[in-house]
Amino acid sequence: MTATENPESASPETNPGVPFTLNGVEFHANDGELLIDAAKRHGVHIPHFCYHPRMTPVGMCRMCLVEVDTGRGAGLQPSCMLPVTPNMKVNTESEPTTKAQDGVLELLLINHPLDCPVCDKGGECPLQDNAYAFGPGESRFVEEKRHYEKPIPISDLVYLDRERCILCDRCTRFASEVAGDPLIHFIGRGAQTEVNTFPEHEFSSYFSGNTVQICPVGALTAKPYRFAARPWDLSETESTSMVDSTGARVALHSSQDRLVRIQGVDSDATNWGWLSDKERFIYEATDSPERLTEPLVRDGSGDAVPTRWNNAVKQVVEALARPSDPRRIGVIGGARLTLESQYAWAKLLKGLGAVDNIDAQLGDGLPAELVLGLPKATIDSACQPGGVVVLLGPDLKEELPTLYLRLRHAIQFDGVSLVEISPRVTSFGDTVAARLNPLPGATGQIAKALADGMVGTSIGRSSAEELSAAHKLLISDRPVTVILGRGNLAESTDIIASAVASLRRANPNAKFLTALRRGNVHGALEMGLTPGYLPGAQPLSAAVDGWDMAPRSRGLDTAGILKSAVNGTLDTLVLLGADPLTDFPDSKLAAAAFERVGTVISVDTFMTASTGRADVVLPAAMFGEVDGTFLNLEGRISPVQAKVTSPGQTRADWMIAAEVAAAAGGDLGFTTLAELRSDIAANVPGFSDVHWDRTGHGADGPVITGIRSWEPTLTETAPIPPADDYGLRLVVDRKLWDNGTMTLAAASLKGQVGDAVMSVSPADLARLRIPSGNEASVAVGGGDARTVVVMSDPRVPVGAAHVPFHLNGVDASDFLVTGQPVIDIRIQAL
Amino acid sequence: MSRLNEANVELAQEIIARYPRRKSALIPLLHVAQEQNGYVTTAAMEHLAELVGITPAEVLGTASFYEMFKFEPQGKYMVNICTNISCQLLGGEELLHHAEKTLGIRPGGTTDDGLFTLEDVECMAACTEAPCLQVNYRHEYRLDHDDFDTLISELRSGSRPDIPDHGTLGLVRQHIPDGRMAGIDSPEKTGSPEWFTARSSN
Amino acid sequence: MATNTYVPHAAGYVDNEGVKIVSSRFQYEDSYTLERSLSTGGYEGMKKTLRMQPAEVAAVVKDAVLLGRGGAGFPAGVKWGFMPPVWPRYLVVNGDESEPGTYKDRLLMERDPHQLIEGCIIACFALGLNTCFLYVRGEMPVAQERIAEALNDAYAAGLVGKNIDGTDVSIDIVLHWGAGAYIVGEETALIESLEGNRGMPRLKPPFFPAAKGLYMKPTIVNNVETLANLPWIITNGAANFKEYGSEKSPGTRLLAISGHVKRPGVYEVEQGRVSFRELFYGHNFCGGIKDDNDLKMFIPGGGSAPWFFEEQLDLLLEAGDVGPAGSMLGSGAIVVMDHTTDAVKACLRVVRFFARESCGKCTPCREGTSWEEKILQRILDGHGRPEDIDLLLEVGANISPSPYPVAAAPESGLEAVPFPPKQTTICPLGPSSVAPITSAIRRFRPEFEAKIAAVSPVGAGA
Ligand SMILES: Cc1cc2nc3c(=O)[nH]c(=O)nc-3n(C[C@H](O)[C@H](O)[C@H](O)COP(=O)(O)O)c2cc1C
Ligand code: SF4
Ligand code: FES
Repeated sequence: MTATENPESASPETNPGVPFTLNGVEFHANDGELLIDAAKRHGVHIPHFCYHPRMTPVGMCRMCLVEVDTGRGAGLQPSCMLPVTPNMKVNTESEPTTKAQDGVLELLLINHPLDCPVCDKGGECPLQDNAYAFGPGESRFVEEKRHYEKPIPISDLVYLDRERCILCDRCTRFASEVAGDPLIHFIGRGAQTEVNTFPEHEFSSYFSGNTVQICPVGALTAKPYRFAARPWDLSETESTSMVDSTGARVALHSSQDRLVRIQGVDSDATNWGWLSDKERFIYEATDSPERLTEPLVRDGSGDAVPTRWNNAVKQVVEALARPSDPRRIGVIGGARLTLESQYAWAKLLKGLGAVDNIDAQLGDGLPAELVLGLPKATIDSACQPGGVVVLLGPDLKEELPTLYLRLRHAIQFDGVSLVEISPRVTSFGDTVAARLNPLPGATGQIAKALADGMVGTSIGRSSAEELSAAHKLLISDRPVTVILGRGNLAESTDIIASAVASLRRANPNAKFLTALRRGNVHGALEMGLTPGYLPGAQPLSAAVDGWDMAPRSRGLDTAGILKSAVNGTLDTLVLLGADPLTDFPDSKLAAAAFERVGTVISVDTFMTASTGRADVVLPAAMFGEVDGTFLNLEGRISPVQAKVTSPGQTRADWMIAAEVAAAAGGDLGFTTLAELRSDIAANVPGFSDVHWDRTGHGADGPVITGIRSWEPTLTETAPIPPADDYGLRLVVDRKLWDNGTMTLAAASLKGQVGDAVMSVSPADLARLRIPSGNEASVAVGGGDARTVVVMSDPRVPVGAAHVPFHLNGVDASDFLVTGQPVIDIRIQAL
Repeated sequence: MSRLNEANVELAQEIIARYPRRKSALIPLLHVAQEQNGYVTTAAMEHLAELVGITPAEVLGTASFYEMFKFEPQGKYMVNICTNISCQLLGGEELLHHAEKTLGIRPGGTTDDGLFTLEDVECMAACTEAPCLQVNYRHEYRLDHDDFDTLISELRSGSRPDIPDHGTLGLVRQHIPDGRMAGIDSPEKTGSPEWFTARSSN
Repeated sequence: MATNTYVPHAAGYVDNEGVKIVSSRFQYEDSYTLERSLSTGGYEGMKKTLRMQPAEVAAVVKDAVLLGRGGAGFPAGVKWGFMPPVWPRYLVVNGDESEPGTYKDRLLMERDPHQLIEGCIIACFALGLNTCFLYVRGEMPVAQERIAEALNDAYAAGLVGKNIDGTDVSIDIVLHWGAGAYIVGEETALIESLEGNRGMPRLKPPFFPAAKGLYMKPTIVNNVETLANLPWIITNGAANFKEYGSEKSPGTRLLAISGHVKRPGVYEVEQGRVSFRELFYGHNFCGGIKDDNDLKMFIPGGGSAPWFFEEQLDLLLEAGDVGPAGSMLGSGAIVVMDHTTDAVKACLRVVRFFARESCGKCTPCREGTSWEEKILQRILDGHGRPEDIDLLLEVGANISPSPYPVAAAPESGLEAVPFPPKQTTICPLGPSSVAPITSAIRRFRPEFEAKIAAVSPVGAGA
């Protein structure tokens, strides 16, 4: 059974707080609350520049000075660094206060170029606003202003105009304190201080765009946005990022029906206002010339040619009707879709078509059982002060960057202890409390040792100390959260399930967050786009109203679908925003499947390798163009909103499903989004009392919790011993920037994709006598050898070899073989 | 080019070992780098970043705050003339102008032969001996213009062996003999020193 | 005993009549060696300390009312008492002496490093800590050499380090050195610098070093001269110490008297017993104004101090008297200016110092000090405007809200505004730049006006 729950609903306030007087009126502040925040809660805005509620205050701009009397006479104090103390008297309007603020403003403006008309920030600039509100009007500064070379690029995405900078330390503080990438810094001293990078070292951070958003002036600007619009032309809508499963809250900005900017929205529950550069700049893809804007069908000569919708839909209906058995149809994809579209397609295919070969994960996910069945944590509960987090999975910075920032903060500031059980050292670096980097195949064994307390001796490279530290944390009475994901595409999910079994046994109170990468994958699984389940994680045997033809037996996952295509037991392949040819780890299998399969139908937004092979292509509207709902990794519901008109003949995915149903003579039972939602509410456990616009759920939206009537079946499995002494266990994982369709379609982002190399521990490389950076010969089992560049990397455990997936350079899928629990490769000097 | 040489890496390790946190050694290490090359090179800053475990941008952020660190080649002798109040009262500015004329450079400049860099500096803690200057931070007191000329010709002719080249600070360094160190307290350590506990309890 | 003679090395010290507490070895050529130290009672205080309990030693220091010699004049014993019972804790010695006019800590470090080292051990012992950093100003290589050599000798002799003097007490002293930044003399900036950062001050509260200092651990920052007093105090006792100086300010201070006097120099002077007049004119001190000129003004406590004038000559060197009179004794730096001095030029020179040395953290200081400098420079360059005088005062008031501390001016019926100034900044550096401006304009406004009137009314070029 599922239920909605609002974990944020605050406990009734018993402690009235700290009494203080603000401009003559008595108020109460929270314990430890900063004066600037307390004042804001009571409707008094104190002007400020350097203060940012999500960063440690530095109190350096001095704009927030107010007169405070703590009993020893009134004096000016920076309200951004002053916790309210009992009976403090604060005057934000007194003459000394306004005089100090006017003074600071005047001083900030003396060296500031008044180029507001050509500044991206003009119209939404706190300095400009404060200057109008408090400023002296006319400058008494007749000397020469400070001069710097006009905007300099400090990275591929960000420009810096030092003349406009007011040295508030926000960008630099963000870089070091929040992102952990201190690559921009104050340089020089006094009035000659500037922000800059080290010569020839870019500000290459996955989070660089946040500095643009928090810069209180126009000193930092985003290259993709420069001169794209003026603030007064912009219109704004709140939405949820669908780039990954964190579901960061965003604001979409458009001008003249084009998306021109995305900004982070400060949501307490999720991203705190921060975004990765991918979440921030991906909107460029909407405008890409690669967009599919009209239906295509393959003509007699084999070319895809434009056609009319009803013709394309007719062909889809035929292709779905042709197979003698629904088991001869396979459906891959669906994580790109909104929850509503996912439901519509699930109902079309499963409810009306009895198809269960449906998988929204492309061989890089986790078993649906784990995702749907494990007791869920929230990001907040995982990050709660004093908690323990076990990371059984990938480098979060690469996969879920905003979640990474939350966890990083929790470790740095809230005493959260991280136990890392990842196939190699992650970006958390030395901040971890215990680091275990098991070799692929030994993950389960390590988890079992932790559960059994068999931590007296080292296991592989994990020392007894690390093991026992991890054990203590795992079984401690601190709140324990396991973050679970796919740290290695070359290690089977059975091994992860086995590790989860041990961890649950060790600490039955542990809660779980499934760190899956694909946008709305949790929504897809919840809506039934996964074999073996109907929406709401109900078994296939459940009776769902209107799902009269639901499948009777469990279908195949993506690997199974592709294999049956190869075997000739699949006639029709439907792709719901999926590109298995480039995105499925074992690209050889995918290619063979496309060779053999009968008809391919693709519902997509871009022309991809797989779409290029489709017989029918239906163009879909994408993020920013459709209304709907997102379900993040916590199970949190957040609205996704349309901001611009979708191009050409594109349509929302759920409408396409409804059209196909109608053309097939069926009826999905809804023709509007509202009807569709009512269908979900009526038929999907847990959604009955959801307010789709989040009203009534607090600011952060409801969480659909994973309280199920069933438990995942988990078995602990034996470790897989290495094949021989010369093999290295393969670790394949994802990086933030890869050759994903959207990344390549976003003009500013495609340049971010780097070259993959194979990396091996320094010890192994020395043993193999291969100098770091040289080419070597690499083979899997008896397969063909490839020549690849091999680098030394101490973050890779001894005995392993690491390659990132889907980059330029070394192609990891050359080494990936479906169906093997682990993969051993052999590296030889050329 | 211009990372720390082997001997200096060893020296750097010795210095780092005297601090509870590596980054604390940064300023002394920047001096080591400056001593090696006469100024702080980009490569040296990258090297120091590795040695103390921070980014090069952080090294530059610290280094550029302190005026003794130079990021371009300097003269062999850095002549710093104090013009702050005590010296100004007794002819510091005139001495500076005289130096500008004699050396043919402005403050911040270096003579073509690479021998002298001139600087107009703040109080150097010799106020009672005004006007004064430092050559590579060695003080010279109560100079009139002739004294200045004599000093310059001595430096030119190499008859001031007491003044090492720019970049070299103290000629004597602290070295704690093996086994004599008490043990630097790391901030992560807890509890008072044993001797303190013992002596405070009785 | 030699009197009124210069000792040739590390010039400036005047060995006159009077009590010698911290300068007793200055007269010797080899004053900085371990041999000289040991043969003249060096390390006796430390040895005595090691036989006491830490709390007893702290009590003696508290009883002695040893006022900090770094500028603020806060009693060392009281400050030590602020440390919470948290370990580890650190002692940081402030040898960054850079305040304009100040010249004493360098002498103490160059001429008697062992006295300082002994003082450090005594303090560490009393504070119950075993890690001390001795931060010496970057531009003082000779002081660094002398301290390095002294530390090396003392370590070798078992006087520092493991098992000091054969006891169970182990204390390390690490010589650290800076690289040129006046602000690093401010204690929280000093701590930042010692952490390898830019020397930008931290806000107090919450970052009072005694509670949250180096690495956010309890830290005492003490000035070199403060600590140099400890061997004498422990050896001779608090009561004997209080025999010297005044009741409120016992003991002596090393004063650097520079500028227009006949015999500038560094003098060890009893606190609260000598007036400025005696210092400037007395035969045991400076012997009069240079060339027998008239006194125009003097800075009683370093570049940060508001100026005094003839009317203040009879004030005693007593912090408790000087503060209400509108200035401070600060770091023991007195700069004397005679009637030939151009007040505007002197004002500019002091302001320029603060503009150059601002760390850049707080807007008012970063922007305000350089604006002040630009206006003053413009006036001197002949581009002043009548409104510039008030503008200077108003820019100053943006850094230090008026009224700014100034001395009384009886002839114009103006009363003194007591020290310290208010501030819109984190630390007092920015507000210090207002001292010369307020002092000079209030007293010598006609000089400013004359400079402005003498020029074409074109205004500035920009
Ligand atoms: C701008 C500024 C500069 C300072 N410079 C020094 C200095 O060079 N030496 C010093 O001992 N104290 C200096 N101080 C005072 C220190 O902050 C601190 O009060 C002192 O070192 C404490 O030592 P004490 O208590 O022994 O006097 C300075 C303070 C300020 C605000
Ligand atoms: S660039 Fe912007 S955010 Fe960074 S310090 Fe300057 S004003 Fe602040
Ligand atoms: S907002 Fe408080 S000092 Fe900047």
